[in-house]
Amino acid sequence: MTDTIIALEHVDKWYGPSFQVLKDCTLAVPKGEVVVVCGPSGSGKSTLIKCVNALEPFQKGEIVVDGIRLHEKGVNLPKLRARVGMVFQHFELFPHLSVLENLDLAQIKVLGRGKQAARAKSVALLQRVELSAHADKFPGQLSGGQQQRVAIARALAMDPVVMLFDEPTSALDPEMVSEVLDVMVQLAQEGMTMMVVTHEMGFARKVAHRVVFMDRGEIVVDARKDAFFGDVGNERAKQFLSKILQH
Amino acid sequence: MNYHWNWGIFWDASPEGGGTYADMLVSGLRITLAVSVLAWVIALGMGSAVGVLRSLPNPWLRRLANTYIELLRNVPLLVQLFLWYFVLPEVVPEAWGDWLKSLRDAPFYTAVIGLGLFMSARVAVQIATGIAALPRGQMAAGLALGFTLPQTYRYVILPNAFRVVLPPLTSETINTIKNSSVALTIGLAELTARARAIQEFSFQVFEAFTAATLIYLAINTIATVLMRLLERRMRVPGYGAK
Ligand SMILES: Nc1ncnc2c1ncn2[C@@H]1O[C@H](COP(=O)(O)OP(=O)(O)OP(=O)(O)O)[C@@H](O)[C@H]1O
Ligand SMILES: [Mg+2]
Repeated sequence: MTDTIIALEHVDKWYGPSFQVLKDCTLAVPKGEVVVVCGPSGSGKSTLIKCVNALEPFQKGEIVVDGIRLHEKGVNLPKLRARVGMVFQHFELFPHLSVLENLDLAQIKVLGRGKQAARAKSVALLQRVELSAHADKFPGQLSGGQQQRVAIARALAMDPVVMLFDEPTSALDPEMVSEVLDVMVQLAQEGMTMMVVTHEMGFARKVAHRVVFMDRGEIVVDARKDAFFGDVGNERAKQFLSKILQH
Repeated sequence: MNYHWNWGIFWDASPEGGGTYADMLVSGLRITLAVSVLAWVIALGMGSAVGVLRSLPNPWLRRLANTYIELLRNVPLLVQLFLWYFVLPEVVPEAWGDWLKSLRDAPFYTAVIGLGLFMSARVAVQIATGIAALPRGQMAAGLALGFTLPQTYRYVILPNAFRVVLPPLTSETINTIKNSSVALTIGLAELTARARAIQEFSFQVFEAFTAATLIYLAINTIATVLMRLLERRMRVPGYGAK
C-alpha cells in the first residue's frame, strides 16, 4: 500500500549488548494522518522517531518510509532523509548562517535547486511562519519560538512527504509554545503527514488522528484520538495522562 | 664591557659579496616567511583532515588519527627535522636516498614538510576539540536534511568548528613562525641563521640579534593582527564569544 507513509514492523533496537530500548514496535502512519506519540521520559520516543529517518540503526524488524525499506541493501539514506522533514527539541539551526541561508542551503546542495528558486521558496516559507522581518538575522539573535519556526520552515523547504517532530515545544518558554503549535496545527490542517512526539495534549486533541502511548520501549496504546481521550483502557497510560493533564 | 657598538653595520658590505649585512637579514626573512607560510598550509590541511578523522564514530579511524597526533606531538621538532633530513635518506632504498641527498634545496623542503607535519598534529587536536564542542544535534540536523556525512562536515560542522578554534589557531600560527628557526640546525639560511652569520662575520652579536628579534616581533604582530581581522570577519551576530 503506497498510502502508508511510515510503517514500523516489529522493530527491536538495543543500545549496547543488553539494553533493549525498542521492543517489538509496530506502527503505521497513513498519508495525511497526524500521529502523536507520548510517554514517560526514557520510554524510547526519541529513539523511535530517529529510527524512522535512519539517524539511529535498529537491529530487528523493518521500517518502510514512503515505500523504501530501510534494511534493504544499498538504500540511499541521504536521499530518503531529504524527503523526511525533522524538527528537533533544540531547533539545531546552523548558527553561522542567516535565517534565509539556513533555508537555502539544503535546497541547493541536496536537491540541486537553483539559487533563485531556492531563495524564492525560502522567502515564501518565512512569510508563512511570519518571520519575514527576521530573514537576514542569525539564529542567535532570535527567540526560541522564532528559531523553532525557522526550523520548521527549513524542513518544509525540502518538500517533505512527512514531518517528524521530537518534542518541538519542550525547550521553549511557556509564552512561546503557542506560536510554534499554531504553525504545526496549520500544517496538520493542510493535510501534512506528521509524527509528533509531544506532551501537548491540547495539540493532540485539536489535530491528531491517533495517539500512541509508549512505555519502556513498547508501544502500549495505539488508538484513535477519541478512543484515547475517552477511555485509554490502559492503567499506565491513564496514570501518565492524569499527570500531564494536571499541568 | 669592551664592546664596540656599531649600528651602521647593516649598511656595510657583507664578506659573502653581493650585498650588505641588511641584505643578508632580508634574504633570511624571505626564507623564514616562505617556510612558515608553506608549513602552515600543510599544518592546516593535514590538521583538519586528521582532526575530522578523530571525530568520526569509526574506532579504527579514530585510533589512526590518535597515533598520528601522539607520534608527531611527542617527539621534539628538532629530532623530527633530524630524522627527516639525516635519517630518512639512509633508510629508504638507496636510489631514493641518493636522490634526496642530491636535492639542492633539501633543507628548505625538509623544513617545510617537517614543520608542517609537526604543527599539523597540534592543529588536529584543536580542530577535533572544536568539533567535539559543537552540540551533537548539529550533526543530526545536517544528516536529517539529506546531507551526506562529508557534506555535513563541509557545510555545518567545519564552518562552526573553525570559528570555535580560531583564537587558539592564532597562537599556532605564531608558533609555526617561531619554530621555523629550528631549521637552522639542518643548514637552512633562515632569519636566525643569517643573524648568526652576521655575528660570525662581524662580531656585532648584539646588533645582529636585536635586528632579528625586532623582525620576529614585527612579523608575529602582523600575523596576530591578520588573524584578529579574520576572527572579526567570521564573527556571527548572536553566536559565540562576545
Ligand atoms: N545513544 C544512547 N546510548 C545509550 N542509551 C541511550 C542512548 N540514547 C538514549 N538512550 C537511552 O534509551 C532510553 C530511551 O531514550 P529516548 O531518548 O528515546 O527516550 P525518550 O522517550 O525520548 O525520553 P525523553 O522524554 O526524556 O526525551 C533512555 O533510557 C536513554 O537513557
Ligand atoms: Mg526524547
